Amino acid sequence: MPSSVSPKSAPILKVTDLKMHFPVKEGILLRANKSNKAVDGISFEIQPGETLGLVGESGCGKSTLGRCIARLYEPTSGSIEFEGNDITKLKGRALMPYRQNIQMIFQDPMESLNSRHTIGDILEEPYIVQKIGDKASRAKRVRELLNIVGLPTRSITRYPFEFSGGQRQRIGIARSIALNPKLVVCDEPVSALDVSIQSQILNLLVDLQKEFNLAYLFIAHDLAVVKHISDRIAIMYLGNIVEESTGESIYHEPRHPYTKSLISAIPIPDPHRRVKREIISGDVPSPINPPSGCRFHPRCPRVMERCKLEAPLLRTVADHQVCCHLDDL
Amino acid sequence: MAALSINNLVTEFDTDEGRVRAIDDVSFTAKAGQTLGIVGESGCGKSVTALSIMRLLPQPMGQIASGSVELDGTDLTQLPIQEMEKVRGARIGMVFQEPMTALNPVHTIGRQLTEVLLIHKSIPPDEAIRQGVELLDRVGIPSPDVRMTEYPHQLSGGMRQRVVIAIALACKPDFLIADEPTTALDVTIQAQILDLIKELQSEMGMSVILITHDLGVIAETCDDVVVMYAGKVAEKGSVFDIFDRAAHPYTRGLLKSIPTLSTAHKSTLSVIDGMVPGLLDLPKGCRFENRCTHSEAPCGGQAPKLQTVNEQHQVSCLRWQEL
Ligand SMILES: Nc1ncnc2c1ncn2[C@@H]1O[C@H](COP(=O)(O)OP(=O)(O)O)[C@@H](O)[C@H]1O
Ligand SMILES: Nc1ncnc2c1ncn2[C@@H]1O[C@H](COP(=O)(O)OP(=O)(O)O)[C@@H](O)[C@H]1O
Ligand code: SF4
Ligand SMILES: [Mg+2]
Ligand SMILES: [Mg+2]
Repeated sequence: MPSSVSPKSAPILKVTDLKMHFPVKEGILLRANKSNKAVDGISFEIQPGETLGLVGESGCGKSTLGRCIARLYEPTSGSIEFEGNDITKLKGRALMPYRQNIQMIFQDPMESLNSRHTIGDILEEPYIVQKIGDKASRAKRVRELLNIVGLPTRSITRYPFEFSGGQRQRIGIARSIALNPKLVVCDEPVSALDVSIQSQILNLLVDLQKEFNLAYLFIAHDLAVVKHISDRIAIMYLGNIVEESTGESIYHEPRHPYTKSLISAIPIPDPHRRVKREIISGDVPSPINPPSGCRFHPRCPRVMERCKLEAPLLRTVADHQVCCHLDDL
Repeated sequence: MAALSINNLVTEFDTDEGRVRAIDDVSFTAKAGQTLGIVGESGCGKSVTALSIMRLLPQPMGQIASGSVELDGTDLTQLPIQEMEKVRGARIGMVFQEPMTALNPVHTIGRQLTEVLLIHKSIPPDEAIRQGVELLDRVGIPSPDVRMTEYPHQLSGGMRQRVVIAIALACKPDFLIADEPTTALDVTIQAQILDLIKELQSEMGMSVILITHDLGVIAETCDDVVVMYAGKVAEKGSVFDIFDRAAHPYTRGLLKSIPTLSTAHKSTLSVIDGMVPGLLDLPKGCRFENRCTHSEAPCGGQAPKLQTVNEQHQVSCLRWQEL
C-alpha cells in the first residue's frame, strides 16, 4: 500500500542504540556492582519542525533519555547525532554550539530558575554565557522574549516566586527559546498545571513551533496531551521503545499490548462512554533487574512462553514500529 | 447506607494577612450508596471541604465559622471531639493524594492496619492480624502476610495507596472520602485503584466522595458532581447535567479546554484566560467575573445565588439562561 508519508528530509536529531546505565551502589562497601538500565538501546529520529511525543509510566526512562539528548548526561553508549554531527561524547567548549541549539523545559520551572535572580537577569543570562550582544540589545531582546511568551514587560524586575505555576512555565519557555534553538526537549511541561492553564501553555508551544520551526521531543504521561501536540509518538517501557507511529495511528490502531493497555486506561471525559477497560495488573518492575525476554511479559495479557525467554526486536507492522513477538498485531 | 449533607458551610483560616474565607456558603448532598465528585482547579477549596467534613482542619488557624455537616441527621460540627474520633475511621474513611501523609514511615504496615482495627473493634490482637491480612488481600496486595511485616517505603506508590484504602475501609465505614487518590499515580495504576474503589463500594454498599481535578475521572466514576470555584459551588448536578448541559461558563470553559483524543491535532485549544483569584483579593460579585467571557455589569456587583436549572441541577451564574 503506498503510504502518504512525505520523503524524509535530513533528520535534525538521530539517536542510535542509545544506552544510559547508572551505577547502583550496594552492600556494605557500596561497590557499584549493578546498574540501572534507565535507557537501554533506543533509536529514533526527529525531523526539523516536528514533534515526537514520548509516553510511558514513571520510571521508564523518559527524563533520562531527554537529559541525554540535551547532553546534561553523557550516555553510556550509542550515539546522538545533531544535524549529522555526533555529539554523544562532546565536552566543554566543543559542546557550546549544541547547547545553544538544543534546549530543555522542565516540569517544575522553579527547579531551573534561580530564585535569587530577577526575570530580567534569568532571561539575559543565556546571551551573556554565549557572549551575544551588548547590554542594550540584550535588554531589548529580553523584552521581546517576554512579549512572545505573553508576559508583561514589568516582569523584568520581578522574582520567580512572584509568579504562578503557569507564568513560571512561560518564563522557562522564554529562556529555552532565547538562543533560537532548533530542538527543545520538553519534559512534562504541563503535568503540574491546572487544565485551564495547561491549554494556554500548549497553545503557546504550538505557536512557537510554527513561528520558529522548532522541533520538540515532548515527554508527558497524559496521552491526550501528547496526541494533541505530537506528529509521531513513541511509547517507552523500561528503557526501550516498544511502539512508534503517527499520533492518530497510535490511538486508533495501537498494536503493542502495552500501548493498548495504556490507551484503555485513559479516563474519557464523557459519561456516556463508560467502557469496561482492560486493566493491566502490577507495577513497572525495577530497571535494575528487568524481566527476562520481553520486559513487559510479567504484565502482558497475551504473554506466551517465548516472551519469557527471548527479547523481541523492533519490527515494522503497517506504519508502526512494534517490539513484540505476537504475529497478529 | 448513609447520606451526608453539607449545609451553608463556611470555613476560615487565620493568616498573617488576616482572616481568609476558604469555603464560602457551600452546600451539597452526597447520596447514600452513590459517588459524588468534587471537581475544580487547585486552590478552589476541595481539600478544605474534605478536611472540614472530617474536622481535620489545621489547628488553631482553621475553623468552621458556620454551617453544618450532617451524617444521617447528626451534625458532625457539633460533636464532642471523642465522638468525632469514633466517626473517623468507623463511619467515614479517608484517602489522601499522597499515601505517605497517611502512613507512619517508622511502623510496619501490619501495625498500622491492626491499630485501626483494635481501636474501633473489640477483638483480640491475633484476630486483628488475621483481618489485616484479609484486608490487604482484598485490596489486591500480593503476599499480604509478608507485606504486613514491611514498612511503607518498601512499597510502590500504587501499593501504598492500596494500603491506605485498606486502612480507611478496615471498619467498613458508610462513607469514603478520597481526595485526589490517584493524582500522583500513572494512568495504569489509576485505573487499578479506581476499579478497586468501585468494587469495594458495590460490595460494601458504601457512599463515596471523590475529589479530583480530572474531568475524565469524574465522567467515569461519579453519579453527581459539584464544580467548585474560588471557595464556592459554581455548579452542581448529575454527571449528565454537568457534561451534557453545563450551565456555568466556568464548567463550560473547563470542559472545552481539555484536549481529548478527538481534538484536532495542534489546533488552538480554548482557554480560560487569567487564573483563580487569591483569597485576599476575591472579586466582589461573581468570583469568576474577571475570567468570564460572558460577564456584564451586574456580574461584578452582586454574588449570584444558586439558581435552579432542574430539580437536581443548580448553577451560580446570573446569566445562565441567556447563554
Ligand atoms: N541521576 C540518576 N542517577 C541514578 N539513577 C537515576 C538517575 N535518574 C534517573 N534514574 C533512574 O533511572 C530510571 C528512569 O528514571 P527517569 O528517567 O526519571 O524515568 P521517567 O522520566 O520515565 O519517570 C529510574 O529507575 C530512576 O530511578
Ligand atoms: N492552612 C491554611 N492556611 C491558610 N489558607 C489555607 C490553608 N489551607 C488551605 N488554604 C487556602 O484555602 C484555599 C483552598 O485550598 P484547598 O482546599 O487546598 O484547594 P484544592 O484542594 O481545591 O486545591 C486555597 O486558597 C488555600 O490557599
Ligand atoms: S512479546 Fe510477548 S510479552 Fe511482550 S508484549 Fe508481545 S506478547 Fe506481550
Ligand atoms: Mg520524568
Ligand atoms: Mg487539594
